[in-house]
Amino acid sequence: MATATWAVRTESLTKVFRLGLRGRPMTAVHRVDLAIESGEIFGFLGANGAGKTTIFKILTGLVTPTSGNVWILGRALGARASASPIGFLPESGYYHEFLTAEEFLRFTGQLCGMSRSRCAARIDELLELVGLTGVRQVTLRAFSKGMLQRIGIAQALINDPPLMILDEPMSGLDPIGRKQMRELILGLKVAGKTVLFSSHIVSDVELLCDRVTMLVKGSVVATGRVRDLLHPRAHEPSELMIEGMNEEGLFHLQPLVSRLVHRDAQVVVTVQGASQVEMVLDVIRVSKARLVSLTPQQRSLEELFASSRDESSEVNS
Amino acid sequence: MIRVWAVALCTIREAVRDKLLYNLVAFALFLIGSTILLSRLTLGDFHRLVLDVGLASINLFGVVIAIFVGVGLVNREIDRKTIYVVLSKTIPRWQFLLGKYLGLACTVAGNVAVMAVGLALVLWVMDVPMHGELAGALVAICLELWVLTAVALLCSTFTTTTLSAICTLAVYVIGHSIGQLTALGAKLDTLGRTVLTAIAYVMPDLERFNLKGLVVEPHSFSSLDFSLMVAYGLTYIGSLLALATLVFKRRDFQ
Repeated sequence: MATATWAVRTESLTKVFRLGLRGRPMTAVHRVDLAIESGEIFGFLGANGAGKTTIFKILTGLVTPTSGNVWILGRALGARASASPIGFLPESGYYHEFLTAEEFLRFTGQLCGMSRSRCAARIDELLELVGLTGVRQVTLRAFSKGMLQRIGIAQALINDPPLMILDEPMSGLDPIGRKQMRELILGLKVAGKTVLFSSHIVSDVELLCDRVTMLVKGSVVATGRVRDLLHPRAHEPSELMIEGMNEEGLFHLQPLVSRLVHRDAQVVVTVQGASQVEMVLDVIRVSKARLVSLTPQQRSLEELFASSRDESSEVNS
Repeated sequence: MIRVWAVALCTIREAVRDKLLYNLVAFALFLIGSTILLSRLTLGDFHRLVLDVGLASINLFGVVIAIFVGVGLVNREIDRKTIYVVLSKTIPRWQFLLGKYLGLACTVAGNVAVMAVGLALVLWVMDVPMHGELAGALVAICLELWVLTAVALLCSTFTTTTLSAICTLAVYVIGHSIGQLTALGAKLDTLGRTVLTAIAYVMPDLERFNLKGLVVEPHSFSSLDFSLMVAYGLTYIGSLLALATLVFKRRDFQ
């Protein structure tokens, strides 16, 4: 059952493509269960071919699922809605390059059933929002990559949909473009929209998302709040900076630490797990040294992603 | 209808902003204009030559435009991935196809009109009389091109641009040989006759739209005959669009 608070919900969503003349099966998405809350920024993390884009295409009706159920804003996929609840920014920004920015936005507005006058007002707002007012009469073929991504966001917002799906919105953007895109996405959340987006750039996902899901070869390997996924586990390392440690203390430290580096008058040690940390603290107390800092080595999302991918490869092999 | 009109307008804009179209129309106009020179070299009926070459040029270049622009109608949207933006909006797929078709049908009609104006100018310069049959022949050419456009659209929903062009060209050739196919079938065994008869029924009989002979040598062609020809063309187009929709509805866009 789909609950109204879920913006998107899937149950055992599966897509198998048939390739070549003999129809060789290729599973792009395998039994994916998702429950995305209204108003959150939800990230999809995965390597090329992980199934992110296929899930987006299923949600936008471009691809038919082989099996499973999908609900979008409480409505089963395929049920005819009077207004599209989804604004979609496809990967790589391929648009009708022979149209001007204004013509393109009017075209997409009319595809949503908007009248010419309603489009006109909305186009002014959106061009202002994405900073393209000055180039409204310029054809898209003259646009830079960053401008194309911004016009892409504008077309996705044309009918003010409550759900936005952004496929690799940062792809090909320079650092300034990425910063602008991040601000745009955060602005969408402030405006009360649910945002689903995929990226290869883990730092962007880490910065923006309330929750993420990691996909490996079409299957979900982890889903959760970013801080929960990154929460240090008992066996994970911590780094301690110690000052005034004597020779005897160093002798006792050696077997407890995995790494020891002298830095001027200080010693930096890396310790595995909470119990080892306690033992090192005891040595510090006995040696009358001073603890300068203790930093748990929290995993980055990138490390988590890499370890999930490795674990999945091991299981498959 | 806003959605259908939006797709049609976008298709017209794409065609109008494509240099290939202008080159084709310019070349057709050049060919029609060259009949002025050709007629000076002709000893016999130069009226007939101007009308023959003029109408044949309009037909030929119309076919080239219908095939080469028509086969790319859907494939270009898929290849350039612009279809993702279009179909992710609330437009049913049949409306997208109808819009595409109407856009190209308008473009084809516009091109025929421009070439017809060129022909009319040549006829006026050459002092060749113009009568109602000429307008009828131009409408028939337009209908034939619209049928071909529908064939091209159907092909482009399930195969590549090159294969679509080959298929549409094949339909054009077969469509003008229905009479010969039927005659050949009569000389074959049952199987051969059945196959050729089936082809003759399924393929569009494009010779029905060939009224050029009426213009050159006027003879009776009633308004009922004309209405039947129009009804045949529109029914065939409707059937092709319905089939294209059925194919297109099942398609995944990877």
